[in-house]
Amino acid sequence: MNHSVFRLTLPILFGYLPLGMAFGVLFATQLDYAWWVAPLMGVVIFAGAGQILAVSLLAANAGMVEVFVAMFVLNARHLFYGLSLLGQFRGAGWRKVYLIFGLTDETYSLLTSRPRGPDRAYEQTVDFRITAFNQGYWVIGCALGALLADNVAFNSTGIEFALVALFIVLTIEQLKALGDSFPVWLGAAAAGAAMIALPPAHQLIGAIAIVTAILLLHYRRIRGKQSSEGEVNRG
Amino acid sequence: MAETTYLAAFIAVAAIATFATRVIPFLFFERHTEHPLIQHLGRYLPAAVMALLATVFLQRSGTWSADLPGFDALIPGLLVVAVHLWRRNALLSIAAGTASYMVIQQTGVF
Repeated sequence: MNHSVFRLTLPILFGYLPLGMAFGVLFATQLDYAWWVAPLMGVVIFAGAGQILAVSLLAANAGMVEVFVAMFVLNARHLFYGLSLLGQFRGAGWRKVYLIFGLTDETYSLLTSRPRGPDRAYEQTVDFRITAFNQGYWVIGCALGALLADNVAFNSTGIEFALVALFIVLTIEQLKALGDSFPVWLGAAAAGAAMIALPPAHQLIGAIAIVTAILLLHYRRIRGKQSSEGEVNRG
Repeated sequence: MAETTYLAAFIAVAAIATFATRVIPFLFFERHTEHPLIQHLGRYLPAAVMALLATVFLQRSGTWSADLPGFDALIPGLLVVAVHLWRRNALLSIAAGTASYMVIQQTGVF
């Protein structure tokens, strides 16, 4: 099982190692704390954009309320991720807390896109290992970045595109699995609108709010149609 | 010492805020997984979120002030789509896109 989980999470490895290292380098060069605090943050927080934001909050000696609000708003898109995993995580027992803790953008992408068999307990074990592998890559990246700081020899400029490529591949896979392109156009259009109307810090949450609002309207329209058809059938 | 206390409190608060965003749906909607609205969101939301993440991060990877605006990200992005539709091998598609992006960024051809 570990071999197939490793294969499945390999794109995340290519994305998380350089991104984690970017965070580690930023942490070591901007702040005066011990190097191991960077991987420690990877262990207890486990959020890419969130941890990079945390470096600037730490540098500014931000107050605790500000830290809470900033981290919550930045990660607020995760509020919507859980909605599509309620059934999938049901009955996962002690693993469930960790599955929820580890729901980053990338873990969510893998867990909702991979093919699943009928054995729920087995699939939850796979989900658990995927999450743990991903966090492992992330923590190693944070540690390497903070340790090496600016002595990175290999020119890795641009390797973080692996995450963009992963999102593109997963969009295509979702499209093929669903057989309906409506949500893909909706997501792209919402992202376009948010990027025009909002500053970068609020674009993700803005786009997700637009997507959710339109899906709610879409739901009401479908339900409206179904209930009026139901009345016709009864009459 | 005050420094260490601040750092410990900071990490704890950041961790709680992040975990809160991930656990809230499980705390408040657990009993409603069969509700048609939850099923509707579960069906359409992942594809929409994936498309929006791809769009936002693709836009952020590009240099839009260049002579050919955004081509440094759009070409690798289109390569990912093409290779994936051709072979449908996720690792191959990602490797092709990432390698082409790295070459473009490091040589500055656009």
